[in-house]
Amino acid sequence: MINRLTDSLDFQSQALALRAERQRLLASNIANADTPGYVARDLDFAAALRDATGTATAGAAVTAALRQALPGAGGFGASTEAHLRYAAPSQTNLDGNSVDMDRERASFADNSVKYEATLRFINGSVRSMLDAMKSPQQG
Amino acid sequence: MSMFKIFDVSGSAVSAQSQRLNVVASNLANADTVAGPGGQAYKARQVVFQTELMGALGAAGVRVAAVGEDNTPGRRVHDPKHPGADAEGYVTYSNVNTVEEMVNMISASRSYQNNLEVMNSAKSLLLKTLQMGQS
Repeated sequence: MINRLTDSLDFQSQALALRAERQRLLASNIANADTPGYVARDLDFAAALRDATGTATAGAAVTAALRQALPGAGGFGASTEAHLRYAAPSQTNLDGNSVDMDRERASFADNSVKYEATLRFINGSVRSMLDAMKSPQQG
Repeated sequence: MSMFKIFDVSGSAVSAQSQRLNVVASNLANADTVAGPGGQAYKARQVVFQTELMGALGAAGVRVAAVGEDNTPGRRVHDPKHPGADAEGYVTYSNVNTVEEMVNMISASRSYQNNLEVMNSAKSLLLKTLQMGQS
């Protein structure tokens, strides 16, 4: 029974962990904006999330078998590595660096907002779960 | 929590950029130096950046691999009255290109600001994550 309650949180928590991974990746790109030969990388978020949860639509469909195959945050390194993509350079650079600062900053802001949105979704489900647990006498 | 690595990554970048800024400052300060230590004219220095892996996947920081010297010949000016003039009356100045150094300085300070901003937003996201489920 308690599994059913927390199932809806699983999807959001996977998404949150992937957002954190992408945030770190973008921070690395921004940090290496002046390093010769550095190639910018990004995460294929949709594919990584589909892989991590087994479905792209609902977290409720996470089966027990899949959860065994991906034991929480421990399995994340391997699952995200397959979804790392090299960014196509928009302007070629003589030193071989392919970081496009405008794109990286836009992606960073976009990822921050979506991370916060995921946090709010989690907070919302926790709040409604707590509300459901309250007895009618409680405010 | 993988977000904590952002502070390592951006912190290494900030320190590398501040080292670059330091080198630019010493180059600019010596732009008109006639003789440096050892009797030679001052040679412009440049930092060499290198990616440094920070343990976790996709966490790539920066480090200063080397500080190289620019070996182009210095500016020679004919000025026989100058105390630093050689037998032919030429004074050798440092090979610092002031315009290049100014560009370098702007680029370094912009990168420094970018990385600071990254750290600030990572910090605010982490603080919000700490309050998860409390509101």
